Amino acid sequence: MPMQPVKFYQTGSFAVGNRLLPPEQRSVQSDAGRTNSLNSGHRACQGCGEALGARYALDAAMRATDGKMIAVNATGCLEVFSTPYPETSWRVPWLHSLFGNAPAVATGVAAALKAKGRHDVRVVAQAGDGGTVDIGFGCLSGMFERNDDVLFVCYDNEGYMNTGVQRSSATPPAARTATTEAVGAEPGNVFGQGKSLPLLAMAHEIPYVATATVAELRDLEYKVRRAMSMHGARYIHVLVPCPLGWQAASCDTVRLARLAKETGLFPVFEAEHGEVTAVSKIRRRLDVEEYLQLQGRYRHLFGPAPRPDVVQRIQALADRNIRRFGLLEDEPGPTPPVESGAETVRT
Amino acid sequence: MLRQIEGSRAVAETVALCRPEVVCAYPISPQTHIIEGIGVLVKSGALAPCEFINVESEFAAMSVCIGASAAGARAYTATASQGLLFMIEAVYNASGLGLPIVMTLANRAIGAPINIWNDHSDAMAVRDAGWIMLFAETNQEAADLHVQAFRLAEELSMPVMVCMDGFILTHAVEAVEVATQEQVDVFLPPYEPRQVLDPLEPVSIGAMVGPEAFEEVRYLAHVKQLQALDLIPEIAAEFAGTFGRRAGGLLSTYRSEDAETIVVALGSVLGTIKDTVDDLRERGRRVGVVGIGSFRPFPAAAVRAAVGGARRVVVIEKALAPGAGGIVAQDVAMATAGLPVRTHAVVAGLGGRPITKSSLTDLLEAAGTGTLEDLTFLDLDRDLVQRELARMAQRRRSGPTAENILHDVGIVSARVT
Amino acid sequence: MFQVRIHGRGGQGVVTAAELLSVAAFKDGHYAQAFPSFGSERTGAPVVAFCRIDAAPIRSREPIVAPDALLVQDATLLHQVDLFSGLRPEGYVLINSSSSFEELGLSDLVGPDVSRHRLTVPATELALAHTGRPVPNAVLLGGFAALSGAVSLDSVELAIRERFSGPVADGNVAAAGEAYRFVARHRGELVSASTD
Repeated sequence: MPMQPVKFYQTGSFAVGNRLLPPEQRSVQSDAGRTNSLNSGHRACQGCGEALGARYALDAAMRATDGKMIAVNATGCLEVFSTPYPETSWRVPWLHSLFGNAPAVATGVAAALKAKGRHDVRVVAQAGDGGTVDIGFGCLSGMFERNDDVLFVCYDNEGYMNTGVQRSSATPPAARTATTEAVGAEPGNVFGQGKSLPLLAMAHEIPYVATATVAELRDLEYKVRRAMSMHGARYIHVLVPCPLGWQAASCDTVRLARLAKETGLFPVFEAEHGEVTAVSKIRRRLDVEEYLQLQGRYRHLFGPAPRPDVVQRIQALADRNIRRFGLLEDEPGPTPPVESGAETVRT
Repeated sequence: MLRQIEGSRAVAETVALCRPEVVCAYPISPQTHIIEGIGVLVKSGALAPCEFINVESEFAAMSVCIGASAAGARAYTATASQGLLFMIEAVYNASGLGLPIVMTLANRAIGAPINIWNDHSDAMAVRDAGWIMLFAETNQEAADLHVQAFRLAEELSMPVMVCMDGFILTHAVEAVEVATQEQVDVFLPPYEPRQVLDPLEPVSIGAMVGPEAFEEVRYLAHVKQLQALDLIPEIAAEFAGTFGRRAGGLLSTYRSEDAETIVVALGSVLGTIKDTVDDLRERGRRVGVVGIGSFRPFPAAAVRAAVGGARRVVVIEKALAPGAGGIVAQDVAMATAGLPVRTHAVVAGLGGRPITKSSLTDLLEAAGTGTLEDLTFLDLDRDLVQRELARMAQRRRSGPTAENILHDVGIVSARVT
Repeated sequence: MFQVRIHGRGGQGVVTAAELLSVAAFKDGHYAQAFPSFGSERTGAPVVAFCRIDAAPIRSREPIVAPDALLVQDATLLHQVDLFSGLRPEGYVLINSSSSFEELGLSDLVGPDVSRHRLTVPATELALAHTGRPVPNAVLLGGFAALSGAVSLDSVELAIRERFSGPVADGNVAAAGEAYRFVARHRGELVSASTD
């Protein structure tokens, strides 16, 4: 199960720092003895979802590996704001090479450890959506295909944020970016084919694929822990809202992440060896407007010249996700990838 | 023991003796036999512990080496031509990070037009990437340079590439004395990194450096190259002591002490040049040879000392800077600045065009009589060139140049009009 | 220096032939260098390989333009490619064929001075008989040993056994030996014929 049962002692017990729980039920973040892999003092924007996600994920990985982990980071926001010369906010062994090679560099680190017989030390690679879905895709696919012993975490803020908010292949349709401005007959990003890295990862049949958001800390920690309990190529795709790029209030980061899930736009699930094994159901379904209207990158769909047709198309995408993954309590389970003649499997 | 084996095989076996822990490469002619040879040694268990990784591109290959080296493993790869260009971002990254990776570059021409044969354009494309670049004259030297390369790289914390002419050396079968494991172990101790990813002592490697410190960081890279100018001859001398034969060094000379005309070159063509020089010497010509072993760092002082007494230097190079001329010739000219030595650049052997004794003889005779230009293209077929220029002058849509010329040469079949 | 040029088509083991020749020469105590000319490689395309043999270390890397010997693995190349370009006046020629030089239209190559140096040998047939495969490269080397003496048959056999194993090695060694005897016999006939 993706969510761990939490005993309610008082209102707000979902709180991250809740220590009124048995030790084994506390989140890693609630522990004063956590690594704090990404230490304070970094230069991220106020409300940065990626800074949150990275600390959550790496602290969980450090806990799961008893502190024996090496991190490989692609170029991007995370790398830039975490290592402003001459400082570094990383408290773990950390390597940054290039934009497009984080998966391959991680493969190299894992190979070195294996050659040296250091089976106790594990490798986590991390990148933004650009370094994962676009420029890093070739190397990522190669790493998946070889089943190299690396957990790859993608922090998806749906654009090239560090360079000024340009479109990536993870940018959702209709969103405004600097290279898909809100002008013309089709303002914002095109309605393209989409590029679901979680589904692509599943197509490689790797041991573990999961999606998560920074709205659900325990879920993310659980998924990292689960991933580190396995060997081989593993992939976690984390939705991390970017106040700057999404033109949202910096206090709305967690809310936006939750809304992405509750509208069905961002399915939260786990998969193993190409089959979906668990789905995090939507608790209270919301229309996509609730999510879109909080973000300036969609403001051209509302206001003086609204585009309800575009909003409808976005809603259709959410509806499809809900159907495809069975995101509502009464929806049937997901349909696995096409296997001619096979029965549809329900989870 | 002396064995009659293919150059690639000699290199593969020697690299294996250096106990690499991670070997990772993407296949490209003419490097394939080297990597295949190492692959067999790993798969059969003869080379262990070693992770042999088949990657999806050369960019991945160098990236894997970067990760492995940063984690403290001895890492090796090999490539050529297009593959080198595909990984070039990572090539600069490796030297910028100071990782002692060793790479074999099986020199091959860079396209377009696509060409699988030997020249030095690939090496020249990365001459400023900060790698140490050593050139082998024979397969024996190619094998031996790899042992020196690992030692050099790890002492300096700088990556080193060993250049050997593709096909001409990689695919030639000749006698090579492959080292023994004992000899290599004596010469090459286990890798002790200057920087390493270690959970017990976490460090951040690869931070951004801004205007306040970038120049200093780059200057230190230059300093390391200058240190290599001293270290390369030291290591070569120690190698001679341990292995009982000479290999490497900054440069080598042949009959150059009293030479009026000195030929400078890199790589396997030196063999053909030496045969030519012997013939010319018999005819009374005062010709000599300087072979450059270390191209980066460029041994300017050593070159100046070696050629300074001659009247002219003829630099034979398998590369071209379009619009500028020779590349090695520029370095040689700079090294001899102020001396009364005239430097001639001769572009030869591009794309595998054979460099023959006969052409070299004519070339050096011309040099001797003072009729050699500053820049010469050896064995250029001017007729072919003129015909294409005429075509281009005649009409705008003159067609693809390469196809037109091949058509004239008679390789492409009749054009469908 | 003794320079050999080997012609054939892709897939016939021309490159291997040059390598084996160089190994044989090495075993005879010489320096040897073998390398292919690197035309676009595909099965059936004309292929050339070179081998230099010398008592001193070989430095030159240029293609062999003035061969002392030519080995032709595929007679269909004869009137398609200029195989004999640069051949030294008394140069050796060994052609894989069951036809004679005259029958092949090469009478001008076998004047009285050189007939001892120029022979045809049915290497493909010998290869088929002994190995079951029509690959004539090692066989031709056996004949070449007899024709020129540039390498010894013993070393040719050692080279074959180093490269191949089991029945493939045995078959090639047997075929090479038979080619050697064939050439030696015909040379003897030619010698005695020329002294008659």
